[in-house]
Amino acid sequence: MGEQGNILFCGVGGQGILLASEVTAYSLLAAGKEVRKSEVHGMAQRGGSVTANLRYGTEVYSPLISAGEADIVVSFEMMEAVRYLPFMHNDTKVIVNTHKIYPPAVATGKMGYPENVLAELTSRNIHVKELDAFEIASNVGEVRAVNIVMVGVLSTYLPVDEQVYVDVMHERIPERFRDVNIKAFQEGRKIAAQTG
Amino acid sequence: MTAKSTDKLWLSGNEALALGAYEAGVKVASGYPGTPSTEIMENLSKYEGVYTEWAPNEKVGLEVALGASFVGVRALATMKHVGMNVAADPLFTSSYTGIRGGLVIINADDPEMHSSQNEQDNRNYAFAAKLPMLEPCDPEEAKEFLKTAFWISEGYDTPVIVRTTTRIAHVKGQVAPGEKTGSSVKAEIVKDAAKFVMLPANARNRRKFVTERMQRLKDFAESFPENRIEWGDGTRGFITSGISYMYVKEAFPDASVLKLGMVWPLPEKMIRSFAEQVDELFIVEELDPFLELHIKAMGIRCHGKDLIPAEGELNPGIIKKAITGEDSAKFAPVALPPRPPNMCPGCPHRGLFYALSKQKVFVAGDIGCYTLGFLPPLSSMDSCVCMGAGVSGVHGMAKALGEEGMGKEVAVIGDSTFVHSGITGLINIVYNNSYSTVIIVDNRITAMTGQQPNPASGTTIKGEPAQMLNFEELCRAIGVKNVVTVNPHEIDATKKVLKEEINREEPSVVISRAPCVLIPSEKKREKVPYRTAIENCTGCKACLGLGCPAIHWVPVTQEEGAKLGFKEKQKGYSEISVELCNGCGQCAELCKFDAIGKEEGR
Repeated sequence: MGEQGNILFCGVGGQGILLASEVTAYSLLAAGKEVRKSEVHGMAQRGGSVTANLRYGTEVYSPLISAGEADIVVSFEMMEAVRYLPFMHNDTKVIVNTHKIYPPAVATGKMGYPENVLAELTSRNIHVKELDAFEIASNVGEVRAVNIVMVGVLSTYLPVDEQVYVDVMHERIPERFRDVNIKAFQEGRKIAAQTG
Repeated sequence: MTAKSTDKLWLSGNEALALGAYEAGVKVASGYPGTPSTEIMENLSKYEGVYTEWAPNEKVGLEVALGASFVGVRALATMKHVGMNVAADPLFTSSYTGIRGGLVIINADDPEMHSSQNEQDNRNYAFAAKLPMLEPCDPEEAKEFLKTAFWISEGYDTPVIVRTTTRIAHVKGQVAPGEKTGSSVKAEIVKDAAKFVMLPANARNRRKFVTERMQRLKDFAESFPENRIEWGDGTRGFITSGISYMYVKEAFPDASVLKLGMVWPLPEKMIRSFAEQVDELFIVEELDPFLELHIKAMGIRCHGKDLIPAEGELNPGIIKKAITGEDSAKFAPVALPPRPPNMCPGCPHRGLFYALSKQKVFVAGDIGCYTLGFLPPLSSMDSCVCMGAGVSGVHGMAKALGEEGMGKEVAVIGDSTFVHSGITGLINIVYNNSYSTVIIVDNRITAMTGQQPNPASGTTIKGEPAQMLNFEELCRAIGVKNVVTVNPHEIDATKKVLKEEINREEPSVVISRAPCVLIPSEKKREKVPYRTAIENCTGCKACLGLGCPAIHWVPVTQEEGAKLGFKEKQKGYSEISVELCNGCGQCAELCKFDAIGKEEGR
């Protein structure tokens, strides 16, 4: 991505989307960008489908991304990536955590989790990068670091040096969680490099 | 919280408003939590030299702030849009009394109803109560406008409303910290009956003052620098304010824009002059045609809600499409299983609503996390209107149905909501001799808005110890003879109590008490998750009836089932996601086949 961009974070309330968008925002700010970010609190955060909008550039007005204008979609859950299809355009990059969280209708056996759901994106020629961030986070020893694994992958798409992120995490993340999160971040970057 | 490359702070609108209140020298601030306003008071409570509190409701909060203003200090009241309805009584008359120390009310509207029961447009309150209203477009303006609001308040002897929306409150942007200012008003008791005692003779005089004041504020609006014209291409002119201004700038960067920092009263001359200098005039605003209505009343032709949606939030794409027909969307949505919000794993409300779902009664609900009891599979809430409406409403049902209705309806209300607006309804039940039953779902905290303490929590906003309201004693003092407390995690016991109390021929209260899983002490508590023993699971789905996010159904083919030793008819089994399980044990109580147990035991 270049000098300006629209990043849509999406997933399920409670997955740490706010922190992920916050680390990304601070890193872009540190790199001298103007940043606006919008989030939703309250009822929506109770396990429902949630988003955070982040826009950066040299002059940014709207904190919201319009339909068809997300340059990057970072989805913390597989099906959620597809829910936000109306925000994508032909060149949108989608980063997807393939971990599934079952919504109530699926968990109670009333509906099935859609099969091969990401084909909804690839069949429209949208670029999708898949990873199991849950497994990666488990491997680094902290399942709650899924969000930072995603930030690691995302960071490879943004015009910000790796060290800036590391500095931001040093500043923003409490000491007892810091090392494991920096490791999660680096694992995310590694995966991004491996899968191209 | 400084971002590295700059001296500016990176703040949400609500954090910026708290900083603005601090910089304005606010001495007393009171509010009731409500999305999207909550973080203002939370953040303000961290500053030195400001008294902050959570009030039982918004009416109390505004009256506290008004009292502080009467003795000459700068005071602040915060609330969400529906909270303004509760505070409307003091609001309308405070317009007449005016102030001594500056008084500002921050009102947060929620277009799109992200976390609200309606999307009322509270700019109408400024018009109706004859009060000035400022509307910032981003966090930086939010802070500056709050300081300006205090200046206007003291300069014009008026409360001032600062209106935000979700996309101001919960948007983050860069904000420059400023100087701490203060009021020249002296803090002291001043008796001024003609100004403060609003009985008819005095109020009629003050009514004249209000008219004069609004005229002076109209003149002020003409020269207020935050009502400004940004000249561009003259073919399209936009009049807008707040977040809609940001969307217009994005959608039509070259157009002429009249940005209103003050949305009431309006600068008529400025608007008229702007309208004359553009070919076509568009009013862009979320929700009601508020500006449009008043601009049309000036006799000015303009487009507004004939093009711009009156429901929900806007964004640049919506505005562009409405005006030019160009649609930025490339792809239509794909049908997917819905993902509504849900109660947390281990939430005590789930046990109560599960027990209630077996009672075949009309559940008059209320506002809070527990409103989610409405969703399947619990499906145990039949009405939700506003805070307190369930308690009052269930009595109305009882009186309407008489003996026929006995045992057929019940009210459910949270601890914070009960204190906010439920107590008076309960008094009414007792006083007017009803048979109604009220369930107080007491999780010790105001949960939905992010775990704020309330009068029943035992701590203040700053975490200091406070008197803990005792619901059992309160209900008995009101005159309720039957007050029973249950632990909602114990589902069978809860069911029994509910059956007995709902069918009682006189008023009764059931207190369903267990702490919210998101309270810090609960989060820290070591939890032993439950696990399913697949070999014992018969696929009966009883545990799935809870709708717990930590339990899901795993379908199996007949072949897979045979391998697992299932009977031919068994279509699958229940599995617990141990990383989500909070160990409440409700599911284990429902399982009749010993298929769910604590992890340590297996």
